[in-house]
Amino acid sequence: MNSAADQATLPRTGPAGVTASQPHDVVLQVSGLAVDIRTHRGTVRAVNGVGFEARAGETLALLGESGCGKSMTAKALAGIMDPVCDLAEGTIVLNGTDLAALTPKERLKFAGPELGIVFQDALTALNPVYTVGTQLGEAFRIHRKLNAKQAKAEAIDLMRRVGIPEPESRVNSYPHQFSGGMRQRILIAMAVALNPRLLIADEPTTALDVTVQAQIMQLLRTLREEGQMAVILITHDLAVVAEEADSVAVMYAGNVVESGPVAEVFADPRHPYTKGLLESVPVNLERGDQLRSIPGSPPELHDIPSGCVYQSRCPLVQDICRAQRPALRPAGRRRADNAAADVDQATSATNDGGTAGRPVRTAACHFSEEITNA
Amino acid sequence: MLTYLRKRIISSALPLVVVVVGVFALARMTGNPASLYLPLNATQQMRDDFTARNGLDQPLLVQMADYFGGVLRLDFGQSLRTGQDAAAMALRAFPATLQLAATTMVLAIILAVIVGCWAALKPNGIADRISSFISMAAASIPDFWLAIVGIWIFAITLGWVPTSGVTGASAWVLPIATLLLRPFGVLVQIVRGSMVSALSEPYIKLARSRGAGELRVVTHHALRNAAAPALTVAGDLTVGLVNGAVVVETIFGWPGIGKLMIDSILQRDFAVLQAAVLLTAVAIFALNILIDMGYALLDARVRPVTVKA
Repeated sequence: MNSAADQATLPRTGPAGVTASQPHDVVLQVSGLAVDIRTHRGTVRAVNGVGFEARAGETLALLGESGCGKSMTAKALAGIMDPVCDLAEGTIVLNGTDLAALTPKERLKFAGPELGIVFQDALTALNPVYTVGTQLGEAFRIHRKLNAKQAKAEAIDLMRRVGIPEPESRVNSYPHQFSGGMRQRILIAMAVALNPRLLIADEPTTALDVTVQAQIMQLLRTLREEGQMAVILITHDLAVVAEEADSVAVMYAGNVVESGPVAEVFADPRHPYTKGLLESVPVNLERGDQLRSIPGSPPELHDIPSGCVYQSRCPLVQDICRAQRPALRPAGRRRADNAAADVDQATSATNDGGTAGRPVRTAACHFSEEITNA
Repeated sequence: MLTYLRKRIISSALPLVVVVVGVFALARMTGNPASLYLPLNATQQMRDDFTARNGLDQPLLVQMADYFGGVLRLDFGQSLRTGQDAAAMALRAFPATLQLAATTMVLAIILAVIVGCWAALKPNGIADRISSFISMAAASIPDFWLAIVGIWIFAITLGWVPTSGVTGASAWVLPIATLLLRPFGVLVQIVRGSMVSALSEPYIKLARSRGAGELRVVTHHALRNAAAPALTVAGDLTVGLVNGAVVVETIFGWPGIGKLMIDSILQRDFAVLQAAVLLTAVAIFALNILIDMGYALLDARVRPVTVKA
């Protein structure tokens, strides 16, 4: 494990924006990830057996409603879980190293150079008592041992890279002196400071107004291309997924219920939850028409049913759904191609690892082939 | 910054006047110094002479006007007891108090920050429980009791330190230890509380996601955010000490301003009392300004807005 850690912390030479990753390489492979939360009423499993992969230069969207475990998954990947949470099971293989098996101290070497994270609320995520220059430069001071002056120069470069005007003077400003959109840019700059292979963006535009949202998504796209980063975009916004992501993993009650390339999943959902989500998007509605929604609400973490997690809201529910939880299996039109892949690997939403291979279509439903999409 | 300081100094002038007027009037309600300073068999003539010589026969308002006239010329009157300049006596006593207060507070703050941070790392952990017990005890033990028990054990029984006075470094141990305990206990709880909330802020998570280790997270990111409440309380506690740790100074015979005030009250030495109170009040105003500047130093959001030219 040490050798892997050392290897990964070798300084990467080359100009900013160039990393060792080739396009479409699998950068991150998560499988069987489980996170437990210790509560007063006992331990609950907030994330259960989640698996997906992220590829260089591509965006993977983790899609789901509030409380489905998508942010928890992001924090587990980044190693910044709350003290009451435990990483119970699973592997997080980032560029050949299993982060889940490292000690917190070993993980610090990866935080920054290999993996960056962007939070939703940029105001609380920035330290109010330090200038943005100090905070932007910190990664360089920690990982590259630069002095304060060099770190400040790097901070100015970063600010220019993310489109903040007059970086030379703004570098000495404090977070509260920036607008929401600018703060989000600073947060993104911080995450990409050391050209990480993987960027996790946890609802990066939820707190922003629509025009700024578009700018921020554009910025993320540009940075992704420049650095051939793998981006994990956590969102509940179907439109953002459709526009920005290459592949999607739909989460429900701590489980991935469907995954695959965005175009295929959205065109031909193979899980009733995905289908319900897509149908709840208002299309061609007259003013005053009833908006469609999925009836009911997600199960409490304290009593997730033993069978299918979606059983209480599913229109297709049968006895077998209450008795047995469906595994994530190849599904959809490309099922025939995928069937050749090892089923075990398919359950973690990966194929056999060929760099040119596309993400497998999978769904966790006993009746995924019976869903009709008109 | 200078505008701010000027404003603060002007706005603190009125409270200073009120304090002196209050002390001036109240001190004279304790009785006539003549009955203390003259022999028991002094005649009424002698008493009247003494009162007139010290200006105490004038109406209160006239006395007060005289006094303030003197203050403006930096003449604070003479001690009835020693005949010395009252201001000189107060200024002579003040450094002893300041040294004691400063040493105590510096030690209390350092210890409290270490223990408080240690406790905050794992809320409800073993360290937290131990420090909570210690700090509660420290904040609750009465200082006069502790001082006397300390003298009994360490000065009388063990003979390690002198019982009182300012004779060498060892004489500092008991007064400081006694004074330290309460500020330490109170501050541990404040530091612990504000560190717990600072450590749960998203910017701490983000710092960790940049690769900041535990030590850097605590000392660099959390502590500065947690410092403001501790600074407020530490300032309050320092005011208490600068005001003359009256009990402790009396018990340990520490020649500070607290002891001077008590002595001059008992002796009806009005000029010295007024000078001591005025000096303490000025020191407390200065301290408050320092604390306000401390806030501004810690956090840009509370800095007075400076208009750029």
